[in-house]
Order: sequence, then structure tokens, then C-alpha cells
Amino acid sequence: MRQYYQAEYETAPRNHLRALQSERLIKSVYSCYNNIPFYRKKLDEMGLHPKDIASIDDIVKLPFTYKQDLRDNYPYGMFAVPREELVRIHASSGTTGKQTVVGYTQQDVDIWANSAARAIVAAGGTQSDYIHVSYGYGLFTGGLGLHYGAEKLGATAIPVSSGNTRRQVTILQDFHSDLICCTPSYAMYIGETIKDMGIDPSSLPLRAGIFGAESWSENMRKEIEKALAIKAYDIYGLSEIAGPGVAYECAEQSGMHICEDYFYPEIIDPETGETLPDGEYGELVFTCIGKEALPLLRYRTRDICALSHEKCSCGRTLVKMTKTKGRSDDMLIIRGVNVFPSQIEHIILELGMEPNYLIIVDRINNLDTMTVQIEMGDAVFSDSVKEIERIERKIKENMQSVLGVSANIKLVEPKSIPRSEGKAKRVIDNREI
Amino acid sequence: MLIKQISVFVENQKGRLADITKALADQNISIRALSIADTTDFGILRLIVDMPDDAVKALKDQGMTVSLTNVLAVAIPDVPGGFYSAIKTLADADISVEYAYAFITPKANNAFVIIRVEDNDTAIEAFKNNNVSLLTQEEIFNI
Repeated sequence: MRQYYQAEYETAPRNHLRALQSERLIKSVYSCYNNIPFYRKKLDEMGLHPKDIASIDDIVKLPFTYKQDLRDNYPYGMFAVPREELVRIHASSGTTGKQTVVGYTQQDVDIWANSAARAIVAAGGTQSDYIHVSYGYGLFTGGLGLHYGAEKLGATAIPVSSGNTRRQVTILQDFHSDLICCTPSYAMYIGETIKDMGIDPSSLPLRAGIFGAESWSENMRKEIEKALAIKAYDIYGLSEIAGPGVAYECAEQSGMHICEDYFYPEIIDPETGETLPDGEYGELVFTCIGKEALPLLRYRTRDICALSHEKCSCGRTLVKMTKTKGRSDDMLIIRGVNVFPSQIEHIILELGMEPNYLIIVDRINNLDTMTVQIEMGDAVFSDSVKEIERIERKIKENMQSVLGVSANIKLVEPKSIPRSEGKAKRVIDNREI
Repeated sequence: MLIKQISVFVENQKGRLADITKALADQNISIRALSIADTTDFGILRLIVDMPDDAVKALKDQGMTVSLTNVLAVAIPDVPGGFYSAIKTLADADISVEYAYAFITPKANNAFVIIRVEDNDTAIEAFKNNNVSLLTQEEIFNI
């Protein structure tokens, strides 16, 4: 069984990588300057010219790019190539506003497919495997991302897409799926369905899964591994950079290797923009070096994580990123402790409740307090007061142990927490600081 | 012999009971018996109605969290010691009572007690062997 999909790059000596990155960065900056009016204007305003970029170290001279920039140039204003060269368009779901539109040339699709193929091989996937893809197929990059990765590897893609969960299980059985790709929360749902159908998960041929598109905890990983009787691997990506496969977990499972030969990462302080060293958590920034259609420079992902260049037992030399903690714009500080709404969401999800919640932060007697309102849905409601109180207590305990800070829990009626058409407002911070 | 009881999650807020009972009244549903289990933060309203499935729909349409539980409706002769005999039957059969609430009807000489037990089948058997009457869903409908 081959250990790496593209050993030449995945195990390249660091100095080779650096040379490659420098060469590719310079080419990318020229392309941005010559082909994308947005970047030309920006660089001119800064008095910066592509010739000022001599190596990958000069990346810090370049300006940041924000999601808003893509929105301001909606839909195709930031593409560096004419439409004839585009072979694919994708778009984000637009939960925070207008959809973010991205484009790919054939080469860009190949780069992305190779990245996804690396991920599949790192998860133990081979050419003889049936790869069951349960991410949604469509404008979302999940489905097609893993699909093309599977085909590039020479494995057999089963494009199931998401939904019709009982049928997913039947396909897992009948079509001999060896590896499954979907969101971690969907994996949990499939696990529940397998149980409801009275099937023993270890009787399935399935032996591994690659899960991403949302943050998930180590606890979630254990739950999924138990529910599906598999090894569960992480994957990271975003459509602005490519799609799933930008980073992927190896057998060591201590972070995800970033395809830094095409997607150069930096960690910055989200307030100051200053570059942070390995091991320090900050905002993940990517520069596309080698992509043709949308070669974004220092794109601020708003995801928080840390990087590590430590030697990995798998032999790959590509830099690793930790699991993302959440978005920089979401973080709260409660009594000195950093809390992400996504952490609370995972606790709630883990207990089988719907993630309809509202976090209310106050300062009483100079002390921060946090109350989490959670809607009581049908799934967890029972006729027994004892049972409901037990769940309340469990939520409180889990919050304390996962977050390191205690929260008051208030169970509220369904639909009492306001819904919105954009991103749901998860936090009301009443403190005036 | 099993009676459908509706349980509704109620936040401790003014007007919630009014909203729930209005939702039922609007659908011409009659409440036969009710009980509220309360804690500091929330309550569970338990209802025996004449048309339980319609009631569940009416409440769910109003966005309420509802569940159905199977309980027993025991006919108790309206004399001192009536309730004791029924409860003793359960105790002798080693069956725990989760909760109970009573209601009286204009008809007959019986009071009715809604009892939730852990093991409905054994309880039904025990009552039968001791000549304790249970109401059916239809009899509740016709009260």
C-alpha cells in the first residue's frame, strides 16, 4: 500500500519547499498585479510592485485579503483569467451574507484534486477502495472535492451526496464502501441510523472516514469511531483557497498537513496583523501560490489554529495545523477564559439536542456571568422531570469540563430563540467594556 | 387499557399556560384531567384530553414541545379506602408509581386516578387479578 500520494512534495526537504514557494509566490504576485484590478489598485496604493517580492519571506509585505473583498467584487471580479479558461465555479453557502464565488481553471481543479487525493491516501485509502462521498454535491466544494480526489487517485468514487440516511446505510452495506467522506455531524447521524436499523457497524466493510467542513472535537472523533467502527480522520479546506484537502490528517493524528506547496499558511494576530510563531494560536491566513483563476494573497480565513513544523512520524515534511478552534470574530472572553460559541454548540450537539441556543453574557458584581439558553426540542424532551434535570446537569458539567468556565443553563421553549436569515446571532454580550 | 397522556414543556413565564389551553380550546379539545410538575426553571404540564392525537397536532402547530406517554386510568370507588385498595394492588405486585393525579366526573360513583408506572403490562395484569377497573381511551372520550 502506497504511503504517500505525491511523495516528491509531501516529503520534500524543507529547503526545496522554500525554493518552490518563493518561485511560485513571485509568479502569483505578478499574475495578481497584471490580471486582477483589485490587487493592482491595492498594490499601487501601497507603492508595492511584484518586483519587490524576491522570496517567500517577502510575503509579509503583501496586503491581506478579506471575505468582504470577494463580496465587493461579486461574482467574478477577482478572477485572474478570462472566462474561457474557467472550467468550474463554486460558491459558499452564504450564511453570513452574499455568496462567495470562486472559480477554477483545469490546472486549479487538478491541484485541488491532488490535494484531496493526498488526504485519501493519508487516511489509508488506496486505488482499490470504494470511496463513499456523502458531502453535498453542488456549489458546495465538499462533494465534488472528495469525488475528484478519489478519481484522481484511481479509487472508485460513489457519489451518494448527503440525505436519505437509511439508503446511505444500505449503500455502505451493499456497495462495499471502504472509506466515507462527510461532515462529522452527518457521520453521527449515519451512526445512529445504523443502530436504529439493528446493524452492527463492525460488520460493514467501512474502515475509515474523512470528516470536515465543520469544527469537531476529539470527543466527537471518539463518538464517530465507536458509532461507525472506523478510524476517523480530519480534513480542512475552504472554497476561497480550493476546497477540502487544503490540509489533511495522517495516521499520527496530531494535526493536519497543509499542502503548502500550493497554499502557503501563516498565523497572525487578528488584531495587529503581526505574524505569530509556531505553537501560538492565531488567525490562519493562506496565500495561493500556483493557482491560476483565483490566486488570493494572504486571505484571512478567520479560523483560529496554530502551526507546527515538528517532525511527524508519518515522514511528511509539510507543516501541520491544529484543529481549528473557531472563528476569530466569534470568540468571547469569560472570566479570562477564551470561549467559542462553536465549543458550546458541540457540547449541545453531543447531548443529542438541537443546536438552537443563545449565549447571554453579563457582568454582575465585577464578575462575568454566562447563561446559555437552549431550546428544549422533541428529541430530548421526556415526561420525567428527573430526566430533564439530569440533562440540565450534564450540560452544565460538560460546559465546565470542556470550556473551563461554568455557565448557567436555561432550557427554553422551541422557536423562542430568534431565527435570522443570515448567520444566527449566537451571543448577546451585555457587558459594557 | 392504556391512556394517552400529553406532556408539554412549559417555561416558567407568565401566560404560558394560557397559550397552551387556548391552543386546545381553539380546536375544541376538552381537558379531562391535568397536573403540573414544576421545578424552579420549568414545568411539565400533563394532560388527559378527549382527542389526544388532535391535541398533539394543535400544540405542535403552535411550536410547543410535546410528548405522549402511556398511562393508566384507574376507576376508584368514591369511598374511603378506595384509593388504598388500588395502590395496595400495585405495591403487592412490586410496581413503582412514578406519579399520580386524580379527577372526578359528574357521572357514576367513581373517582379516576391517572397513574404512571414503569411497567404497564404487569400493572394491568395485577389490576385485572384484583378486580380493579381501568378506563379505556374511549371511555375517557365519552365522559
